[in-house]
Amino acid sequence: MSQVEELPVPEVTSDRATPAGSRDAMRAAPIGSPTGDRAFRGVMTLFGLTILAVPAMMVAQLVRTSQLSLAKFGLSFLTSSTWDPVHQQFGAWPFIYGTVLSSLLALVIAVPVSIGLAIFLSDLAPSRLRKPLGFLVELLAAIPSVVYGFWGIFVLVPALRESVEPLIIKYLGSIPFFEGPPLGFGMLAAGVILAIMIVPTITSITREVLKAVPDTHREAAIGLGATPWDTIRYAVLPAARSGIVGAIILGLNRALGETMAVTMVIGNRPKAAASILAPGYSMASVIANEFAEADSDLYLSALAEMALLLLCVALVMNLMARWLVAMTKNRMGGTA
Amino acid sequence: MTRTLFAVSILALAVGCGKSDGGAGDAPLPGSKKADAPPAAGGKITLTGAGATFPYPLYTKWISDFTKTTPDLQINYQSIGSGGGIRQITERTVDFGASDAPMSDEQLGKAPGMLHIPTCLGAVVLTYNLEGVPSGLKITPEAAAGIFLGKIKDWDDPAIAKENPGVKLPKKAIASVHRSDGSGTTKIFVDYLTAVSPEWKAGPGSGTSVNWPSGLGAKGNEGISGQVSSTPGAIGYVELVYAAQNKLSYASMKNAAGKFVLPTLESVTAAGASGLAKMPDDLRVSIVNAEGDAAYPIAGFTYMLLFKEQKDAAKGKALTSFLSWSLHDGQKLTQALNYAPLPDELVKKADAKLKLVTGPDGKAFLP
Amino acid sequence: MSATPAAHRLLEPGPGDRARHLRSRFFTVLCTLSAVVVLAPLFSIVLYVIKRGLAGVSIAFFTRLPAPVGETGGGMGNAVVGTLVLIAIACAIGLPIGVGAGVYLAEVGRGRLRTVIRFTADVLGGVPSITVGVFVYSLVVVAMHRFSALAGGIALALVMIPTVTRTTEELLRLVPPQLREAALGLGVPAWRSSIFIVLRTALPGIATGVMLAVARIAGETAPLIFTAFNNRYWSFAVDKPMASLPVQILTYATSPYKDWQDQAWTGALVLIVVVFFLNLTARIAASRAMGGSRR
Repeated sequence: MSQVEELPVPEVTSDRATPAGSRDAMRAAPIGSPTGDRAFRGVMTLFGLTILAVPAMMVAQLVRTSQLSLAKFGLSFLTSSTWDPVHQQFGAWPFIYGTVLSSLLALVIAVPVSIGLAIFLSDLAPSRLRKPLGFLVELLAAIPSVVYGFWGIFVLVPALRESVEPLIIKYLGSIPFFEGPPLGFGMLAAGVILAIMIVPTITSITREVLKAVPDTHREAAIGLGATPWDTIRYAVLPAARSGIVGAIILGLNRALGETMAVTMVIGNRPKAAASILAPGYSMASVIANEFAEADSDLYLSALAEMALLLLCVALVMNLMARWLVAMTKNRMGGTA
Repeated sequence: MTRTLFAVSILALAVGCGKSDGGAGDAPLPGSKKADAPPAAGGKITLTGAGATFPYPLYTKWISDFTKTTPDLQINYQSIGSGGGIRQITERTVDFGASDAPMSDEQLGKAPGMLHIPTCLGAVVLTYNLEGVPSGLKITPEAAAGIFLGKIKDWDDPAIAKENPGVKLPKKAIASVHRSDGSGTTKIFVDYLTAVSPEWKAGPGSGTSVNWPSGLGAKGNEGISGQVSSTPGAIGYVELVYAAQNKLSYASMKNAAGKFVLPTLESVTAAGASGLAKMPDDLRVSIVNAEGDAAYPIAGFTYMLLFKEQKDAAKGKALTSFLSWSLHDGQKLTQALNYAPLPDELVKKADAKLKLVTGPDGKAFLP
Repeated sequence: MSATPAAHRLLEPGPGDRARHLRSRFFTVLCTLSAVVVLAPLFSIVLYVIKRGLAGVSIAFFTRLPAPVGETGGGMGNAVVGTLVLIAIACAIGLPIGVGAGVYLAEVGRGRLRTVIRFTADVLGGVPSITVGVFVYSLVVVAMHRFSALAGGIALALVMIPTVTRTTEELLRLVPPQLREAALGLGVPAWRSSIFIVLRTALPGIATGVMLAVARIAGETAPLIFTAFNNRYWSFAVDKPMASLPVQILTYATSPYKDWQDQAWTGALVLIVVVFFLNLTARIAASRAMGGSRR
């Protein structure tokens, strides 16, 4: 970075956003030294392709390892609910269900509060509080998941069992989604702990994105007589929309792949129950739990297929997240 | 795929050996009673081992004591699980493995020449969370199987109550907790249930992970003890060391002789001794539901695994002296850490096994 | 200046000033409330770690090797150092790839390939770290025929790349194009303006992404067990097994002995503090590179 000094860096204090179209146009028009540009584009493309290569190799390896299981169970691997290592019967349905449900729960809980917190940190909080609070939230990403897990067992689960779940059962118990005894351990606990774990990711990135929205947006809105909330709602959030989606997707993916904290509180029962109070299991957890001790080739192969399947689930859930966002795009009146 | 990996690993090991062979000197290793024999490396030797979690604290204590007098020897043992240990030693990414359960015939087929050296005994205890009921609740094999099959649902069930006349059992649902991660502890426990209950044998069967008919899963001993201690009416199974160190209340089990026995180091060693009678030549044996009045029924040996033919003379020499030391001096350290020592008879058999270990030249390391 | 279309809505006749201000108040309170809702459990967790870990903090913890059961005075010095080395290796591999791919997505790439790569980065973020660990094990450990810090660093790099890539991309997209226009107008080649203007402007935001990624990998256990393994001794060799705080924490947290369980909590506390200092350093470095000025 020593070349930085040689460069005439323009002093820019104020700026404004232009529609994405003109950015693309500019990107397409090569100005200056073509050799340097070509090299730069080449190198960056190479990095981009690396991102493609790693999962490709991973998938290739997983496919190879899961051959036995693919051949033996075929499609029934997706639909069967039996997971019996002793009798070599493997079906992934309860795990798929548990992974999808627990990460959806996590998103439902985490997204509103994370965005709220991010807005608070970027626009609403007293400026003295912003930095330390933001710093703290970021730091929480460092807590090892085993710690979240222990906290889950000793603090979260008893709280859920004694106060939250009885209330849910009392008022909503007739709905199948909320029925069953208050065990504490179960899908709800997993959803809550995942939500807590992904809040730092979603909040920190959203806050950065909100900060990066040029102040001129805010100034324009305020100049038009907007209230603080209107400013955020109509001037800041639309410009930040794509970035917030990116943040949510990073959070979602962290939830999909989390093992340790989930397995400590989810109850680890491979049955797909409708109620969020019932125990369940997740794909990432079963892989982490059983990989080290899997003692037959078919068993290992089934776990590899589970990993492969988790990639597919991640793919589908990412697609759905983007689609959902595209659906709400017009409502948000976004420009970014 | 594994076969290619295996071939590659052997190749790499051969190359690696070539490099470190030159360093052999003659600093004597301490500890061994036959101290005349083992000349160790002049350069640093590092032995890497991986496997069972259960004996990890004991092994680190042994390593620490043994290497105090051998500054040039480092032994790095890490607990990655029994299955992991078996896989790593089979692929020779480590110098020795460790496992709570003997290797299966299928696994041995992939690793010909593997020796099982028992190092100590482990036991699995039933721990529960019942207010006002301390350690010593009497549990029959039928009751244990019934609880984990989901057939016995309440604490005041006659199957439990009739053996515990003086105990006030609550009318409370039983919440059974089992290990969610594959583990040697589960293997010993379900081995036991398979041995005592035809219904269990026909149903879930035995393995490091099984298809549990009921109950919740928790990760690790700490997961079980956490879940049990935070759930009134819960019952789970943990290693004896874990229960003893963490002051959990545990059950007294009815053994094959019809006696109720508390899990103690003595009753576990007694189970080991009674297992000697049916000990096969390769020392791979299950001692659940062992005979004998004093024997605790849910116990097993834990093993170190090493290849009979060592490719690196210096490492092989160091490894065999360490193991030999463990079988003799090491046993004295077991009880302080709540591990049950090996019966004397078995130490002799294990000694004989160690003497079979040879270097690349075909000569045994131990006389 | 051109206001965003959304801003035009403000000019439409609204439900009246009073209502707008009430609504504004309402949502402000809601945001503040969500801050409280989120921070409560987070504080609860941190306090929990401090409560259980603070008593074990001592000089020896940072300077000594782990002691066997029953012997006092052991520490996790080698694991603290090991974690730093592993993070350094992971950053050396993961940062260029992660940031480079982010630059590609925001600045260079176009069309379907860009969409595919972005998607792949997202999905890679959802791969459980144990799968990454097993992948690197079969790729590196089996080939090198031993566990090594290098393998651990590679596994951690793979875990951190998606976060770095996507954060970089999102923040580069928010850099006002006027900056680039100005640079181009001054005759700076496009590639230089990409690196020295656009990337530099987005640096503080990217630093946040990097810190999130580093924080995450600092606490990861699963990718390390089968790659970097663990080491009871001091080791700085990248081709040998290396200790790390998360693996040591897991080993100790799952042990039966209270001494070790306590040390595991101290380890968790130390891990958070280590990340805290890394975070601080990275922020200072980022703002230095920016020339010190930031909104």
